[in-house]
Amino acid sequence: MSSEHNVVTKSDKGAPLLSVQGLEKHFPITKGLLRRQVGAVRAVDGISFDVFKGETLGLVGESGCGKTTTGRLITRLIEPSGGEINFDGRNIAHLRQGQLRPLRKDMQMIFQDPFSSLNPRHTVGTIVGAPFRIQNVKTENGTKRAVQDLLKLVGLSPEHYNRYPHEFSGGQRQRIGIARTLALRPKLIVADEPVSALDVSIQAQVVNLLDDLQNEFDLTYVFIAHDLSVVRHISDRVAVMYLGKVVEIADRDTLYASPRHPYTVALMSAVPVPDPSRRDKAQRSRVLLQGDVPSPINPPSGCRFRTRCWKAQDICATQEPPLIARDGDPASHQTACHFPVVEGEDVAGRSPAGATA
Amino acid sequence: MSGPFLELKNLKISFPTDDGVVHSVDGLSFSLERGKTLGIVGESGSGKSVTSLGILGLHNKRNADVSGEIWLDGDELIRAEPERVRKLRGNKMAMIFQDPLSSMHPYYSVGHQIVEAYRVHHNVSKKVARKHAIDMLGKVGIPQPDRRVDDYPHQFSGGMRQRAMIAMALVNDPQLLIADEPTTALDVTVQAQILDLMHKLQEEFNSALIIITHDLGVVAELADDVLVMYGGKCIEYGTASTIFERPEHPYTWGLLGSMPRIDRPNLDRLVPIPGLPPSLINLPSGCAFHPRCAYEPRTAGLGKTVAPELVPAGGSKHLVRCHLPTEERQRIWLEEVKPKLEAQ
Repeated sequence: MSSEHNVVTKSDKGAPLLSVQGLEKHFPITKGLLRRQVGAVRAVDGISFDVFKGETLGLVGESGCGKTTTGRLITRLIEPSGGEINFDGRNIAHLRQGQLRPLRKDMQMIFQDPFSSLNPRHTVGTIVGAPFRIQNVKTENGTKRAVQDLLKLVGLSPEHYNRYPHEFSGGQRQRIGIARTLALRPKLIVADEPVSALDVSIQAQVVNLLDDLQNEFDLTYVFIAHDLSVVRHISDRVAVMYLGKVVEIADRDTLYASPRHPYTVALMSAVPVPDPSRRDKAQRSRVLLQGDVPSPINPPSGCRFRTRCWKAQDICATQEPPLIARDGDPASHQTACHFPVVEGEDVAGRSPAGATA
Repeated sequence: MSGPFLELKNLKISFPTDDGVVHSVDGLSFSLERGKTLGIVGESGSGKSVTSLGILGLHNKRNADVSGEIWLDGDELIRAEPERVRKLRGNKMAMIFQDPLSSMHPYYSVGHQIVEAYRVHHNVSKKVARKHAIDMLGKVGIPQPDRRVDDYPHQFSGGMRQRAMIAMALVNDPQLLIADEPTTALDVTVQAQILDLMHKLQEEFNSALIIITHDLGVVAELADDVLVMYGGKCIEYGTASTIFERPEHPYTWGLLGSMPRIDRPNLDRLVPIPGLPPSLINLPSGCAFHPRCAYEPRTAGLGKTVAPELVPAGGSKHLVRCHLPTEERQRIWLEEVKPKLEAQ
C-alpha cells in the first residue's frame, strides 16, 4: 500500500461503506430425533467495526476465532443470529435471497482454496463470465471480450479463455478467482485467506496484484488472514479476533508498533523473524502462550482470553472488558482489556499465573 | 567413526511416469553432524520432501529410481538390505510429518501407536512400553499424559497432535530427526510452542535435525545451516547467517523479497519472482532458474545453455550454483537488491 494512498483514504472518511454492529452468529448444536437444541457454537459473538471506502481492513486471528464466519456474514453467504450489517447505508442482515441478488454486484468474495473454488467442469471463460450471465449485465463488446479483458487485467493471457481450471497452477487459479470477483466492479471485496495456499514467490505476486487493483478501481477490502506479516503489508487498519470477539482494532502502524491487548502482544511475538542474528533475542522476548484456544461452545466468562493471559485478575472473570480506547490511545485504537499492556512492559516468557494446563 | 554423521553424496531420485521422467532430486550432496540443524528451503515441487523420504528409504523401489549414496553413521542406506533400513528407521532416524491428522491412525489410541513404535525396536513388555510412552508424552508437554495416552487422535487439538507426533518420533531416541513442514498446519502461537519444544528436545538428545519448510522465518529460528533447493537441485548452501545476510543466488534474493517482514519497515511493494516454478519433467535448459532470473542477460547467454555447477562462494561453507562471478553477485546483492528490500 502506498503511503500516498493512505492519506487519501484518511482525509475523506465519510460515512463507512460497511458498518457492522453487534454481529452474532450462533450455530445450533442439536441432539436426538427431534433435533432439540442443546447448545450453540458461538462462532461470532457480538462484534462491531466500520470499513471505509477505499481502505483495507485486515482481520487476523487463529483458527476458530470466527474470522471466516465474519467474512461469510458480511457477504451474507450465511444469515446472522443477531446484530446489524449496514452496507452502503442499508441493513442487509436479514434480506432474503431475491433481495440479496442485486447486492451481490457490489460485494464479492475471494476464496482461500483456489482448487475447490473453481468448478472443474467449466472453462475459464464460463467461470469468469458467470457474474455477467447471472446478473444479466450487458457489456459493450460482448461477454467474451469483457472476460478476456479481465483475464489480461489479472495477468493471465486472453487465450486462456477456453481452458479448464486443472490446466493452471495454484497462483494462476487464484488469479482466475480474482478476475471473477472483479467482473462486476464490486465496491467491497471480502478476501478470505487469498494467498495462504500459495507458494512464497507466488504469494507476493498475488499480494501485489490485489494492491494494484485496489489503486486502479478504488476497491475496499476486508482482508482475512492468519499471517500477520501479510496483513501488515496490505492493511490500513487491523482488527484482531479471539474466540468470536474483536479484542483490538487500530491503524496498522499503531497496532504493530504498540499492541495493547496481551493476546495481540503474544500473537506478534510468535511470528518467526527471518533474521538469524536476532534468534536469541526473539526467543527471549517471546510470549509463549500455554494450552489451546478454549471451545466456543462454552467460552470463559468475562474476558475470553483470561484463561491464557498472564495479567488476568479476578475482575477479568466477572466483567467483560468493552472494546474502547484505553488511556493515552487515540480514539481509533480500541482494546478490549482491563489491563492493557503498556509500552516498555516486560512481557517476555510470560505464561498465565495459575495455569494448571 | 570417520566422516560426518549423515552424508548424502550425489543423491538422485526420479520417477518414471507416462508423461516422462520426473527428476525430483538431481544430484544432492550435503552432510550433517549430531547436534546440528539443517534447514532445507524451497517451494512446492523443489524436491525437498522427496529428499527426506529418500533418506528414510520410504520410496518404493518399483516406481522410483534412487541412486547415489546416503551414509548414516557408517551405514550406506541405498544399497542396504530393506531389513537393515527398517531396523534403523524409527530407531536411529525418525520423521515428523506435516499433517498430524492424516499421519496418525484414527483407529488406534495415541498411546497404542507410540507403544507400537517402541516395541518394534525394543524387546519389552507392553506395560514397560506404555510407561515409556506416558513419559514421552509428558516430555513434549501434553498435560495429564497418563490420561491422554488412551485418547484417540481426533480428541487432540492440532497442536497437541503435533506434539504427540513428536513424541512418537522421539520415542526411540533417534539420532537423526527429519521434520517435514512440522508447523505449517499450525497457528502462530502454537507454532512458537512447537519450535521451542523442538529446540529444547534437540539439545537434550543431541540429535541431528533436518527441518524442511518453505517458511524462511522458521529456518532462521532453528537452522545452523541452510540449503536452498530449486528444480531438484541445491542452488545455494551456507550457514544461516550467510544465507540471510549475504545470499548470492538470485532465487534466494527473490525468496527474501517475496516475504513481507514484520521486523522491518513496511515496503510499498513486495519484490516477487516473476513466472512459475518449473515442471520437473521438462526443466528449462541451462540454469533451471534462468527463465525467471532478472540477471540472466548478464551471463552472456550461458544461463540459457549451460547448467551451472555448485561452486564455493563468499561466505564460510558457502556454495552457490550460478554463472555470475562471485564478486558480481556480491556487488548486485549489496548495491541493487539489499537496499530495495530494506528501503521503506
